Amino acid sequence: MSRQARILQIIRDLSQQDVTPGPDQSLFESGILDSFALPDMVSALEREFSISIPDSDLLPRKFETLARIEAYLDSRN
Amino acid sequence: MAWIRAFGSYLPEHVATNAELASLTGADSEWIVKVSGIEERRFARDGEQVEDLAAAAARNCLEAAGMAASDLGLLIVSCSSAERRFPGPASAVAHRLGLSVTPAIDLPVASAGSLFGMALASQLTAAHGHVLVVGAEIMSRVLLRPPVNRDIAVLFGDGAGACLISPDGGFARILDSVLYSDGSLSEILHLDLHDALRMDGRAVILQAARKIPRAIDAALSRSSLAPQQVQAFVLHQANLNLILKVAQTLGVGEEKFPSSVRRYGNTSSASMLIAAAEWWTSAQIEPGAPVVFSAFGAGVHWGALAALPC
Repeated sequence: MSRQARILQIIRDLSQQDVTPGPDQSLFESGILDSFALPDMVSALEREFSISIPDSDLLPRKFETLARIEAYLDSRN
Repeated sequence: MAWIRAFGSYLPEHVATNAELASLTGADSEWIVKVSGIEERRFARDGEQVEDLAAAAARNCLEAAGMAASDLGLLIVSCSSAERRFPGPASAVAHRLGLSVTPAIDLPVASAGSLFGMALASQLTAAHGHVLVVGAEIMSRVLLRPPVNRDIAVLFGDGAGACLISPDGGFARILDSVLYSDGSLSEILHLDLHDALRMDGRAVILQAARKIPRAIDAALSRSSLAPQQVQAFVLHQANLNLILKVAQTLGVGEEKFPSSVRRYGNTSSASMLIAAAEWWTSAQIEPGAPVVFSAFGAGVHWGALAALPC
């Protein structure tokens, strides 16, 4: 499974919807996720990609869209 | 050694329902419940000052403890919605209690203020004797004056809570506390003079959902305690969804998180002590099972305090 597919699966699990957001579509403004799903998404990303995300990186804009999540994961490699 | 001797609270009489807030702000009543769990809050009446709320909660706490204001060695007042830049409300609250020489300290730490006050009081009680910590806010006057941000204004209410910390006895011995501050996040929640309260709700939720459970773990682990042993977690009452998220992260049932946010909204520095007063007067407190207090708020400041009922 590609990295994007793995991220998408996390979003689908959290939203409980079979959604396919565009790369630059806000996951929150679009209503796919609510604000309280954000901490869960960050925890799921940590588990899925075996990383620890420091509190200093806990800025919502880093996790706003699929493209930004991918960019953040790129920055951690 | 420091003990929690009593809690007290004061809530203004006027109940402001979501329907009233909807008419004032244009927000949707059902949306308010969905995003926050808040169904109503209290608003201070015209002419009622934050010092009045604070003094009423202080008297309620002292009465519960069977003590007089003259028994106090120190007063700590946390408030972030006072009308004056200085002096803060602490000295006026002391005056209302009939005190003229007892030191009174202001702690403008917003939502985490009462927790910081309790932790400081636990250290200062050995030198000062009985320390009364009060959190009091009239958030409605701040949030309903133009420019109104309806998404934020609907979350807050007015009220006051109090806690008496003593060096020589009480219902629970304070075991430990942890306090933290990170100014790099000060922009996610702030109230500037003559401006609306600014809050990046998503950032606050993300930070709080991480930091509160860690602080609780830290406060407990130094006493070799685990969250599962705790009988009650009394948190800053910002948002019911956040409280439930903390319960989920800690792996503890939500029934252990007494909550008053549905009825009083977020009363900033007062909220944790208002919830504590309700818990203390209504719960069957189990000796030997710890209770935890925790808060996160503007600054950002956060932490936790563990106590053991005896």
